[in-house]
Amino acid sequence: MKLKDFIVPQAVVAELAATDRDGVLRELVSSLAAAGALAQESVDDVVAALMKREQNGSTGFGKGVAVPHVKHPAVKKMAGTVGRSTGGIDFAALDHQPVYSVVLLLSPENQPQQHLQAMNIIFTNLQKDMFRRFLRQSGTREAINELLDEADQGKA
Amino acid sequence: MPKVSREIVVSNKLGLHARPAMQFVDLANQFKSDIVVNKGGEEPATADGKSVMQMIILAATEGTPLMIDADGDDAEEAVRQLVELFESKFGEE
Repeated sequence: MKLKDFIVPQAVVAELAATDRDGVLRELVSSLAAAGALAQESVDDVVAALMKREQNGSTGFGKGVAVPHVKHPAVKKMAGTVGRSTGGIDFAALDHQPVYSVVLLLSPENQPQQHLQAMNIIFTNLQKDMFRRFLRQSGTREAINELLDEADQGKA
Repeated sequence: MPKVSREIVVSNKLGLHARPAMQFVDLANQFKSDIVVNKGGEEPATADGKSVMQMIILAATEGTPLMIDADGDDAEEAVRQLVELFESKFGEE
């Protein structure tokens, strides 16, 4: 599996307007809906599910990245997006540091293997210092999508 | 220093997704021993049992065999409790 198999390029947000965690979740889910990856009427439900997931345990796994994710019946096809914040967001991260890059993943229910594969590819890239650094420096949607393509080709 | 290894098979339906991975790492961090998790099967991989990201990268689905290795003074107790956590299916089922 590759990042671009599920990351929706038009839903990538290069500069998040939101400055808090719940706002970021809403902004990214709305962006996926605007790109046609999720029904508009499901946005509220999915955001609520993501917020609940964060309350059970932050997906801010450290090193300035967070990977909010949820399996939800309203999601018909796995879809993800990337958001970038210059100012940093308080995600109650495990290392108590602000989050600058967010990779959000929505999965249908009953496809746990596909979900694990997507998480695998997300974290394989986020583990790389260079990838995280390039992502933080990519100021436009085009630059982020290019970085994702390069990562899929094993160049970043 | 004692070294203890035990093999388990992932038995919860959802596999080792983020929440169980974090539970595992939280527990692993309570021990002084080094803890390494080796995934067998078709795509072998190794993770530091104290790193959430590395544990998630294992992408261990239901039915995947995992070898838990602990190396240190409290290795025996660490492996016992970590195996118990897998056997509890992380409280999911």
